Amino acid sequence: MLGEGIIKGLMETARNFAGSYVSKDRLTTVQYPEERCAPAEAARVFPFLVYDGTEWLAGMRCVACQICEKECPPKCIYIDKSADKKPDAVGKPQNYPTRFDIDVSVCMSCQICVEVCPFEAIKMDTHFEMATDDRFGGLLLDREKLAKPNEYYHKIHPTEANEVDTRLAEERAAAAAKAKAAAEAAAAKVAAAKTATPAAPATAPATATPAAPPAAEPPVSGGGA
Amino acid sequence: MSAAYFDQIFVLFTKWVESFLPVFWQPIIGVVLGAVAIVCVYPALFALAVLMERKGLGRMQNRYGPNRVGPWGLFQPVADGIKALTKEDVVPFNADGVVHFLAPVVIVVMVFMALAVLPMGRNMQLVDMDSGLLYFFAMGAAIELAIFMAGWSSRNKYSLLGAMRAIAQMVSYELILLLSALVVVMISGSLSLVKIVEAQASYSGIFPHWYVFTPWGLVAFVFFVIASTAETNRSPFDLPEGESEIVAGYFTEYSGFKFALFFLGEYVEMFGVAGLGTTLFLGGWAAPLSFLGVIPSWIWFFLKVELWICFFIWLRGTLPRLRQDQLMNFAWKFCLPVTLINIFVTALWRFMGEGWARWVACTLILAVVYAVMGRVGMARGKVAPRSYRYAE
Repeated sequence: MLGEGIIKGLMETARNFAGSYVSKDRLTTVQYPEERCAPAEAARVFPFLVYDGTEWLAGMRCVACQICEKECPPKCIYIDKSADKKPDAVGKPQNYPTRFDIDVSVCMSCQICVEVCPFEAIKMDTHFEMATDDRFGGLLLDREKLAKPNEYYHKIHPTEANEVDTRLAEERAAAAAKAKAAAEAAAAKVAAAKTATPAAPATAPATATPAAPPAAEPPVSGGGA
Repeated sequence: MSAAYFDQIFVLFTKWVESFLPVFWQPIIGVVLGAVAIVCVYPALFALAVLMERKGLGRMQNRYGPNRVGPWGLFQPVADGIKALTKEDVVPFNADGVVHFLAPVVIVVMVFMALAVLPMGRNMQLVDMDSGLLYFFAMGAAIELAIFMAGWSSRNKYSLLGAMRAIAQMVSYELILLLSALVVVMISGSLSLVKIVEAQASYSGIFPHWYVFTPWGLVAFVFFVIASTAETNRSPFDLPEGESEIVAGYFTEYSGFKFALFFLGEYVEMFGVAGLGTTLFLGGWAAPLSFLGVIPSWIWFFLKVELWICFFIWLRGTLPRLRQDQLMNFAWKFCLPVTLINIFVTALWRFMGEGWARWVACTLILAVVYAVMGRVGMARGKVAPRSYRYAE
């Protein structure tokens, strides 16, 4: 009969009205500043720089290769390469950024910098509460503000971070094995040379790269374990 | 004694103020006091209703309503009012300035004038007019004029479309509103709203003699509710201001406080129509059960009006907007025939005399009419595939 549908509809809205007071399933609103839900693992806002260990400057993975700067579609990354070098994660001496600025007012969160980084140094952050009353300085993040520890990365993107760590460990192990092989070869060569001529020791450090041994030691043991 | 005292407290207050004045000034000051009370109480109720609507609708849609301004969002109307007052008042360059300015004023004046005849409690009406019902409908018709003034003077196609829709809708449903109110006049024999309430304010046992508890009264009540929803341009009959179609309809070109005035006008009209419906069918200020008469009559009146408003909100949260042709079909092919037949049934009721026979006869006739008209009137005609003469 005419009007039945209206009664049904009225009952439905009445159920919703009453239900919203008793059932949390019906009233799913999260009242943001007071309550908040954890960001989804795949969430991304702006990039940040990952560092290993506790010292942000010493442990920074970025080697200032400037690929991200070149690939960035809105050109919001500004990098100055250092003149000197320091050893990176696998022990190779690398440059580091003396300046690494991201203008987050320009950044469009495309994640291309993350995609192109060969050193797993730049990742997407989930921190989004960045409102500031200084729209120029306040939104231009320098390397100190961008640097965050690997533990933080593990916290916000666990799956991805584990994957990255495994890959880095493999690379380190490979590098260590290679270095070990090279060292052994060099040692054999030295030993061979020693038997031949006593002047060989001068060439041995030159083949094994000057800065490598001290930094390369821990990865060797880590790779072995 | 004290119950009767609280019942008449506002009347006694007016009398007390008047007692300080010379005889010549007494009626004038009495009317001014009453008018001031109406102009203060209804906007306050308006603020309350807006908040209730936003929170209620929110709950029906499974969300909180506004809950940031003050405890539970209670001061939201204050914030809205300040916002409306401080907004820029934009008048379109091509608008007819005078008419554009007058439209919101006219709508507010008319809705407040209509309230003058409503008995809001025992002895609590501003004017006891012999033809109060007629006066109320006359004021209601003037609202249509204000709406058309707004739509026409804005020189905006959306405004004009909204105004056209409003006129088409209000003219159609005004008829149903009048015809469903007419049966009450037939039975009570008076156009005075005060007399209509008094006719209902008696009890058999503890149950009241409200007109809604008779077959013809129930039918008239249902159609009065439908028509009053359409008259106040509320969902599902909110075509004149259909936001998703024509921006805001006739008040698209209004901003700031003029917009707020339209908003106020609309809600106070809602209160007016709800008050009239309460007066006609729900016993006005009379208590629903005889022993509840100790509670002051004006509380009952405003309680009933608020309930009516709640029902409007409930309807708004439930029904989608009609299409223009559905709106017209519903008015002319279903509502009008049923209300017309209801008038005959009321006459039958009037002349069959006391007894159970008239209950059975009237109920049967109305049920059959409702069922048949529901099938015949609301039947979908055969619709051929739409052809476009020029577009293809």
